[in-house]
Amino acid sequence: MSFYSPVRTNAAEAASDEKLHLFTYVEDPEQHTVKRYEEHGGYTAWKKVLADMKPEEVIEKVKNSGLRGRGGAGFPTGVKWGFVPKDSPKPRYLCCNADESEPGTCKDRVLMERDPHGVIEGMAIGSYAIGCHLMFIYIRGEFGHCIDRMEQARKEAYEAGHLGKNIYGSGYDLDLIIHTGGGAYICGEETALLNSLEGEKGLSRIRPPFPAVEGLYASPTIVNNVESLAAVPHIINRGAEWYKKLGTEKSAGTKIFSLSGHVKQPGNYEVELGFSLKKLIYDEHYGGGILGDKKLKGVIPGGASTPFLTPDMIDIGLDYESLVEQSSMLGSGAIIVFHEDTCIVWVILKLIHFFRHESCGKCTPCREGTGWLEQIIRRIEAGEGRKGDLETIEDLCGNILGRTICPLGDAAVMPIQSALRLYREEWEYHIENKKCQVKSHYPFK
Amino acid sequence: MILSEASVKLMAEKAEQYPRRKSAILPALTIAYRQVGYLDDAVYKEISRAIKVPYVEIAEAATFYTMFPKKPVGKYLIQVCHNISCALMGADSLIEYLEEKLGIEKGETTPDKLFTLISVECLGSCATAPMMQINQDFYENLTPEKVDQILDELRAKA
Ligand SMILES: Cc1cc2nc3c(=O)[nH]c(=O)nc-3n(C[C@H](O)[C@H](O)[C@H](O)COP(=O)(O)O)c2cc1C
Ligand code: SF4
Repeated sequence: MSFYSPVRTNAAEAASDEKLHLFTYVEDPEQHTVKRYEEHGGYTAWKKVLADMKPEEVIEKVKNSGLRGRGGAGFPTGVKWGFVPKDSPKPRYLCCNADESEPGTCKDRVLMERDPHGVIEGMAIGSYAIGCHLMFIYIRGEFGHCIDRMEQARKEAYEAGHLGKNIYGSGYDLDLIIHTGGGAYICGEETALLNSLEGEKGLSRIRPPFPAVEGLYASPTIVNNVESLAAVPHIINRGAEWYKKLGTEKSAGTKIFSLSGHVKQPGNYEVELGFSLKKLIYDEHYGGGILGDKKLKGVIPGGASTPFLTPDMIDIGLDYESLVEQSSMLGSGAIIVFHEDTCIVWVILKLIHFFRHESCGKCTPCREGTGWLEQIIRRIEAGEGRKGDLETIEDLCGNILGRTICPLGDAAVMPIQSALRLYREEWEYHIENKKCQVKSHYPFK
Repeated sequence: MILSEASVKLMAEKAEQYPRRKSAILPALTIAYRQVGYLDDAVYKEISRAIKVPYVEIAEAATFYTMFPKKPVGKYLIQVCHNISCALMGADSLIEYLEEKLGIEKGETTPDKLFTLISVECLGSCATAPMMQINQDFYENLTPEKVDQILDELRAKA
């Protein structure tokens, strides 16, 4: 095994397709070294920015590229950077969000392990754009190997003069701190992340103020996902126009999709936004079809917090707009596929158990509501469901949705609501017959 | 002293990097955990001295984070992901298999103190499921044969 993570990627395709850029070198076992990264044109964007561009120009360029946040919400990256007050006397901070804990998502890990300098270069350019001299990357604590890789990359970047004082003689100083988390999903939420970075419990903060105005140490702070930042050097090098032409009109660029569950070839695939979901699941270059050639039952398209799609809904493009049209979301791009031998109540039980466990407990609807939901759903799954349970679930969901401090509450209920809507008969069967229609118990081969 | 000189040095260096030392709590907890395998009051106290942050602040933050066992566990802490992507690929069977192989139930430690088995939430290895983490290392795309081999190797090393 030449890589730490044996995950499948479409790097070969990325290497021969000039549109794909995030995965071009991820199968090169030396790409994580500064030397190889430089040989592949690394840090030229950073040099160019420091030599010829004003911060406003960088922001303008990223705005014009159409790049949107890859952490889940899809907010335009350049626009977010523009929110940092120009006149604030306080220091500004940039935090790269590498908490990667949304179930189904395993893409940032590949970038950090195999192309860590790409992440550092993107962070550096983002920092310059907002006038930041100290940037952080918050890596989930379980990713020991990523942490070691990023520490090593940091060291090499300093030694090669890409970070530190007076970088390339420009007069610009920039430092990097590798921060590590402690196993809490909620710390991926940007305000909880900032609390955690300050050495507090990872509880979400009430907004406003937004982090861009008052974030880390009460100073203007930008939080961006790993993949968003990794795209930035390519936008600088090849231009906003080039990037804008990739993908669809409103969803520009490429995106890494983590394909998991019942497909023959799970993996991380970089494709243009708007790429066919059906093709990603069935094409021999990507998912290769459903395990055991069974019938598809459903897809979670954007990570555990996004509403389900049924088989008749998968003939769509993977872009922000198309998924909203299907009442779902692109989220973090984690596509979880399940086939006909899967009990929907069982799937939902796994999800609600997760959200209950990860609720930070700050607001009542989420803390209490997720607990009740898990209890009822566990009961139904065990064949002890009662008449009226489905109505109670719907009621609880309605009382959580939109009533919480952070979006975790919504994230917990949206998949449940969609599963009740799309697979209603199965829930009813479960309650009436006191058992699953299909038993989800899979061997591991 | 529980913490090694190397750990203390690493933590102290971390604390120097941040504008506020308190920020170094989590990285310090991680460094301690990687060396010791668990965290308790005695460890918090040593961390407190190493990063010069009051003990109570460390203990308070630490209670929130689930990654760190709060008491000694087996030499090898096996954490199986039980979340959806792994579950679809047989995580439940993997857990049962490990329970049988180790002769313990989930949550327990083998009598020889070699293995502790728990299950955890998503570890970001969804496309290489099922998987388990043993101490710092990830083991992915697991099969019964691979599990046998991994356990044998760890036993031989112990
Ligand atoms: C519960 C919760 C968990 C989140 N987890 C992550 C995460 O692991 N990684 C991430 O980049 N964003 C995560 N986000 C989104 C962040 O709050 C934030 O929007 C994002 O990091 C912004 O970066 P972007 O604009 O580049 O997408 C999460 C949000 C919520 C509500
Ligand atoms: S919604 Fe849940 S996770 Fe978010 S702040 Fe409220 S209790 Fe915490």
